[in-house]
Amino acid sequence: MNAKYETHEHDVLIIGAGGAGLRAAIEALAQGARVGVVCKSLLGKAHTVMAEGGIAAAMCNVDEADDWRTHFRDTMRGGKFLNNWRMAQLHAQEAPDRVRELEQWGALFDRTESGDILQRAFGGHTFKRLCHVGDRTGLEMIRTLQDRGVHQGIDVYMECTVTRLLKDGDRIAGAFAYWREQGRFVVFKANSIIIATGGIGKAWKITSNSWEYTGDGMALAYDAGAELMDMEFVQFHPTGMVWPPGVQGILVTEAVRGEGGTLKNKNGERFMERYDPKKMELSTRDVVARAIYTEVREGRGTEHGGAFLDISHKPAEYVKRKLPSMYHQFLELADVDITKGPMEVGPTCHYVMGGIRVEAETAQASIPGLFAAGEAAAGLHGANRLGGNSLSDLLVFGRRAGLAAALHAKKAGTPAIDGAQIEQAERELLAPFDRAEGESPYQIHHDLQNIMQNLVGIFRTEQDLRSALTEIEKLKARSARMRVEGSRLFNPGWHLSRDIQCMLAVSEACTHAALARRESRGAHSRLDYPKLDDAWGRKNNVIRKKGDTMELFEKPVPEMPDDLKQILAEDK
Amino acid sequence: MAEAILRVFRGSREGGQPADYRVPLVPGMVVLDALHSIQAHQAPDLAVRWNCKAGKCGSCSAEVNGRPRLTCKTRMDSLPLDQPVTIFPMKAFPLIKDLVTDVSWNYKVNRKIPPFQPRPGVEWNMDQRDVDRVQEFRKCIECFLCQNVCHVLRDHAKQEQFGGPRFFVRVAGLEMHPLDGVSRTRLLKDELGIGLCNITKCCTEVCPEDIHITDNAIIPLKERVVDEFYDPLLMLVRKIRGATTP
Repeated sequence: MNAKYETHEHDVLIIGAGGAGLRAAIEALAQGARVGVVCKSLLGKAHTVMAEGGIAAAMCNVDEADDWRTHFRDTMRGGKFLNNWRMAQLHAQEAPDRVRELEQWGALFDRTESGDILQRAFGGHTFKRLCHVGDRTGLEMIRTLQDRGVHQGIDVYMECTVTRLLKDGDRIAGAFAYWREQGRFVVFKANSIIIATGGIGKAWKITSNSWEYTGDGMALAYDAGAELMDMEFVQFHPTGMVWPPGVQGILVTEAVRGEGGTLKNKNGERFMERYDPKKMELSTRDVVARAIYTEVREGRGTEHGGAFLDISHKPAEYVKRKLPSMYHQFLELADVDITKGPMEVGPTCHYVMGGIRVEAETAQASIPGLFAAGEAAAGLHGANRLGGNSLSDLLVFGRRAGLAAALHAKKAGTPAIDGAQIEQAERELLAPFDRAEGESPYQIHHDLQNIMQNLVGIFRTEQDLRSALTEIEKLKARSARMRVEGSRLFNPGWHLSRDIQCMLAVSEACTHAALARRESRGAHSRLDYPKLDDAWGRKNNVIRKKGDTMELFEKPVPEMPDDLKQILAEDK
Repeated sequence: MAEAILRVFRGSREGGQPADYRVPLVPGMVVLDALHSIQAHQAPDLAVRWNCKAGKCGSCSAEVNGRPRLTCKTRMDSLPLDQPVTIFPMKAFPLIKDLVTDVSWNYKVNRKIPPFQPRPGVEWNMDQRDVDRVQEFRKCIECFLCQNVCHVLRDHAKQEQFGGPRFFVRVAGLEMHPLDGVSRTRLLKDELGIGLCNITKCCTEVCPEDIHITDNAIIPLKERVVDEFYDPLLMLVRKIRGATTP
């Protein structure tokens, strides 16, 4: 291998340092593997830190009638039965242990009267199930995991971006990356790689996602030959801030509704009565987001194009204690005191149910040595994710990925690194510096966000999706002529020029899959095919790279064993 | 359309100076939005750290008009706009580029602090009141603004002897955990140099999470150190018994 690159060697390399990546790292380390974690930001800043409402786990501390079966059923129902049943089963069964483990590593949850972990209600969950710390559960979780990991001995490469997975024949051999600080290149050799890079929300204009969520992991896996699945299912969280414009898209936790918040339109009607009279505000996110969107579209929205979310009927002290960061967020950013009056909210792009197709037990992708967990992986959530099921997903499948990756690394011999792959990756990265003229990556990103927002949003049509594909093709051509100014020293424009390639790939995958699925299910709503179609309920859309084109094919949803079918049939 | 002038530090370790940018104002705009607008239209290589844009991750710290702030929580309409808004990087950390500084020292300090370890045979049961007492410290989003203003670090550069307010808060969050069984008092005294803090409360003033760093974390921890190492009665007892201090 070329000695001109800084090189590090690990048994297991993890890309991403949110909940899934860190939980995977802790597990792989416990298996005796040498573990490296690469992340684009500083440690502790990943999106997990923003998770507010809680971790869903059938601990039965508040509602004794709860158990894993009910959690499993809620998850499958929320996902409109497109979920991988085995993942949903493992998730429901293992989540309580993962929460207890967090507590034993020092996480401090809110308590019940009797001193157990307190659980709150959330959309789509039959029972009070979300273990939480006020509305900053994610912060508690990521601090706990990062300290555990660091003290156990993981190596963390902060502010480092992977741009290519390296392969030795069919198997994974390592990764090529650049340090964001100095712009220097680095090569990682690894027997196993776990993708834990989160989602793709930065491809949309109104989003709760930060700059990091550009679909890197999915694009890396896709380029390396792995399969993506369920990419049409993008979750629009019903409640993002809508006013003032500067804060548009910032998340308003579902815990506001979990704690009793009501949704009203400008006429003062609790409109959820018309969309889901049984569950009302605690219906699933897909339903509530469509409801708000529809109210606004039909002229019953608030002044700034949203709905009113009100928690001010609860005592002010209670609101401040249970929703402290929401209280401050609205007071400081929108001049609204939520203990006195309603918030204005509307849907914001939040999460992708789709991602890298993996085996349920091992989180292994369709390439030997490649694993994926958390938002970057597909399967658990089906067509729509329930709130609170993400943090538990990170813990359950982060651990499983870490375990399987460590075992794989032990069995696999040392891979060979191919210098030609590295050189090509380097050339691609540096090309935008070499052009004397060309477009700014910011302009292309801006245009992509508008296309995805307007044409691949909450409601979709064949016509819009076809135009989106045409527009994405144009953007791909434009992105090949991007120009970057300045040096390689901490240069966000340059960093974005790379992230755009990933966003274009995942946007294309999302649009293709959305066009193919001629029905409405969960988060995917087609105005031209407004009904559920049983035939589509039995298949997932899978995408892989074929030459230079994106190939889409259908895969049957795995058949569920009878005992689980029985659980789904029970009505509670 | 109304505009503001942002005077942003541009440069690296080799040197630099502020540059002025005119930015169109949008209702509710925060300083971070203005910086993003500069990146998108005027200076694509302007280096800024940020993540959540909602005051939850603590990435976007800078000195706005001389005051250490989170740029995502500083509204443009809260600043006097008849003069340029100055935006400089945190001074207590080595500069990388523009508004981005090298904060890696903080992560090294954190590694010295023994993590939570439960007392042997502990029952996993806690009272909400005991949890509430410690939650304040666990709200910390690691923006490092407290480290930036602490004169022990900023003016006297005692990074080798001193942990800084952030890590006193961290230790307080562990020491006051209802089920923790480790003592970090010697660490506070010897490795984190808590004695160097002379409680000027600069840290508390800049904390975006309103943690009462000095009153609730540092002073009680100082008392623990005093009780353990400087209690005259205990010292006498130890002397008589011939025991060494723990």
